[in-house]
Amino acid sequence: MIEINIQREDFDVAAEIKSISSKTVGAIATFSGIVRDSSETNSLISLTLEHYPGMSEAALDKIAGAAMQQWSLEAVRIIHRVGRLLPEETIVFVGCASAHRHAAFDGCRFIMDVLKTDAPFWKSEETQEGKIWVSEREKDQNASKKWLSKNP
Amino acid sequence: MKIFYFAWVRDNIGNSQEEIFCPKNVTTIGQLAEYLKRQSDGHARAFEDMSVIRAAINHQFVEHDTKVLDTDEVAFFPPVTGG
Repeated sequence: MIEINIQREDFDVAAEIKSISSKTVGAIATFSGIVRDSSETNSLISLTLEHYPGMSEAALDKIAGAAMQQWSLEAVRIIHRVGRLLPEETIVFVGCASAHRHAAFDGCRFIMDVLKTDAPFWKSEETQEGKIWVSEREKDQNASKKWLSKNP
Repeated sequence: MKIFYFAWVRDNIGNSQEEIFCPKNVTTIGQLAEYLKRQSDGHARAFEDMSVIRAAINHQFVEHDTKVLDTDEVAFFPPVTGG
C-alpha cells in the first residue's frame, strides 16, 4: 500500500504510524523533517514550500514504488507539506512498514535521499533580511546518486 | 505550448505560466530557453545561468538536449530543494 499526500495542514504522526500497521508488519521506520533555522544570521522567521502540482505527486509515487519493490515493504506513507511553515513544524514525513527492521530502515533512508533530488519542491526562507531561495546541496546530490548506482 | 515556472525562475519572469507558439527552429529544451531568454528582461535574468536551470516535459525531468513538441507541457525551475 502506498499513500501519498501533499498538503498545507499539519498531521498526527502517531495516527500515520498506525495507518501503515498490520498483523504482518513487524517493523515501522519513520522519518520526520523539521523546519530549522539554518540561516547565517539565525533569523529565520518562516520557510515556504512550493511544488509542481501533478508532477510532485507522480514523483513521490515513483520513489515510493521503487522502495516498495526493492525492499518488499508492506506499506509506504509519505506526507509532504507545502505553504508557509514556522520553525519546529514538520515539513515531511516518511513511514515504511515491513516484516523486519532492516528493510524498513533502508526503505525510509532511500525515499528521503531520492526525494531530496527527484521531487519538484522548492524552499524559500523568510528572514529578517528578506526572502532567500534555498540552494541545492552537493551532499544531497551525492546521497541520492549513491542509491541510484546501487539500483541500476 | 504551455510553460510553467517555479521558485526564483518564476520570481524573475514575473509569471507562473504562459502559453506560447513554439517557433519552428526550436526543437530542444535548451533552444526553447534561448528563445524565451529574448522575450523580456525578466526572462533574460531567469535564464542567465543555464547550469542552474532544470526542466520537465509532461511532468518528467528532462535534460537540456531533450526534444520538445508544441503540444508538450514544459516547466523550468531551479534545482529542487524539498524534504
